[in-house]
Amino acid sequence: MPEMTLIEAVRQAMDEELARDDRVFVTGEDVGRRGGVFRATLGLFEKYGPGRIIDSPLAELSIVGIGVGAALYGLRPICEIQFADFIHPAFNQIVNEAAKMYYRSNGEWLVPLVIRAPYGGGISGGLYHSQSVEAFFAHVPGLKVVIPSNPRDAKGLLKSAVRDPNPVVFFEPKKGYRLIKGEVPEGEYTVPIGPANVSRPGRDLSVFAYGMMHYYCLKAAGTLAGEGIDVEVVDLRTLYPVDKAAILESVRKTGKALVVYEDNLTMGYGAEVAAILADEAFTSLDAPVKRLAAPDVPAVPFSHPFQEWFMPNPDKIAAAMRELAAY
Amino acid sequence: MAITSAPARSRLDQEPLAGLPPETLLELYWQMLRSRRLDERAWTLHRQGKIAFHISAMGHEAAQAGAACALRRGHDYVVPYYRDLTLVLSLGYTPRDFMLGLFGKQGEVTSGARQMPSHWSLRSANVVSTSSPVATQISHAAGLALACKLRGDDRVALACIGEGATSQGEWYEGLNWAAVHKLPFICLVQNNVYAISVPVDRQMAVPNVADRAAAFGMPGVVVDGNDVLAVYEAMKAAVDRARAGEGPTLVEAKTYRVVPHSSDDDDRSYRTRDEVELWKKRDPILRFRAKLEAAGLLTPDQQSEHEARAQAEVDEAVQFAQAAPYPDVALAAGGVYAPLPQEA
Repeated sequence: MPEMTLIEAVRQAMDEELARDDRVFVTGEDVGRRGGVFRATLGLFEKYGPGRIIDSPLAELSIVGIGVGAALYGLRPICEIQFADFIHPAFNQIVNEAAKMYYRSNGEWLVPLVIRAPYGGGISGGLYHSQSVEAFFAHVPGLKVVIPSNPRDAKGLLKSAVRDPNPVVFFEPKKGYRLIKGEVPEGEYTVPIGPANVSRPGRDLSVFAYGMMHYYCLKAAGTLAGEGIDVEVVDLRTLYPVDKAAILESVRKTGKALVVYEDNLTMGYGAEVAAILADEAFTSLDAPVKRLAAPDVPAVPFSHPFQEWFMPNPDKIAAAMRELAAY
Repeated sequence: MAITSAPARSRLDQEPLAGLPPETLLELYWQMLRSRRLDERAWTLHRQGKIAFHISAMGHEAAQAGAACALRRGHDYVVPYYRDLTLVLSLGYTPRDFMLGLFGKQGEVTSGARQMPSHWSLRSANVVSTSSPVATQISHAAGLALACKLRGDDRVALACIGEGATSQGEWYEGLNWAAVHKLPFICLVQNNVYAISVPVDRQMAVPNVADRAAAFGMPGVVVDGNDVLAVYEAMKAAVDRARAGEGPTLVEAKTYRVVPHSSDDDDRSYRTRDEVELWKKRDPILRFRAKLEAAGLLTPDQQSEHEARAQAEVDEAVQFAQAAPYPDVALAAGGVYAPLPQEA
């Protein structure tokens, strides 16, 4: 199997879907000749032309609104929001329009739309090029929220997202775009939206993560293996709808749970995982459910030591794992 | 819609009336009249405590019937707003559909009774589902128009909106897309002077919404929104232009909301009765009726027939909706996601 970076996998998924289905088109800021600021659409403008790879005006709200309209027609838009931090003007279109369209039209109107957005910190992006905004959208019935952690999943999940008849918000860990490499199967495949993945089986404790933090959790779990602690890592992959069965199954086996995310702690994704476990796995728990997340400040501050203080990393995660294992 | 007793063609030849044939002119009148009678009944039902909410099209009938007449019905896309009762009736929505919506009963066609009344959707007529936050529909229509252009079909997309909602950034963004990409898109602004209580001079510093069209690089047209044929002609020009690939148009129909914003509003706190009475004298239905009568296209007998038929349709729709059951509560929990297509 060929090895590639996460961004190459994203690009390949779009390339294959554009080739497979002429209803698919891409729009967003700088997606055309520039190939996207992260180069996700590199070469696609030359290959598919200005009718399929459409540079948008610099206006996120209508990137999504136009996508909703084109999806209502029956096209399959892939809308790129340049940074997840810039998605907020489109919040109403995503939450009030795309997410509710199928329900509010009693199934008459579908919005087969993909919204891609790079998210996450650790790249000296400061307050407005680092945000993790998944919790806002994972609260919304009607949306599917996906965050891949590796190239294989990024490609397979994005292809599933393009083919899904529902709106999918697809957050990509931008720090991992070139850092995370992995094998990607040759030929046609998809990864289904919905199921989580036990990426590292273990006995002693369960760690739940997604995106960049999943990558760090695997590193930390490797460190702890050398210390005789056997960590199970679950890559949640699809944040909404949530794979409750996978979360419960893992914790019923290990009895301990740690949720790791780089969004700020309070009211974040970990709260829902903890609530599911408190509600449905109470008698399986041998320890309090723990969350390791970013501090409750508005966003990632810029200066290097600020950023290091803010971001969870393999060392902080390993420490949290050790503490929970010892409980 | 079968209209009985079509008048002699000879009179029409002397009075071209926007070049429309008599049956079309009477159809326009019928749509306006029936919409008004339904609308009036909705207010009565609300005051009787039988329905929870009504938002009215009263005063807007000419703007909407004229617009619908310029479209290829069931072919072109229409993204309406909540005041578009006459428009959607003209496109195939029925009095029963409307009454089921008011009562929130089983079989309600737009949303399965999930949405408030007047949040239209009719897939079979290419009428797109709408929400309550204003101006969200503009980029949907522009996106539909973009899709029409990308796919090379000859449809156009119409978005309707009130003048208040043109203050939203979303309105600007949608029109900008339409202009940049020269899309087959028409924005019909129904300027009824008030956004709930706020008059138009508190929404904008220019006299006409259509004045802003220049900033987008598209034509802006102001038309008397209480003159159904004037609206038809302005809309027809915009639709022809869009269908010919010449790009979008902003049409502003000047009208007046002769009733409160909704059944929950009381307009006595923000405008005088004299002002409202003045506009009631400019009623678009009475105006068109006078024009048809002058042209010999509507006799007193025909007028009575129309009235009786409208009344009968309204009565029947109310009885039907009142007798209909409420939807099964289990239906509220489903239909959140479209099912995945079967794997080939």
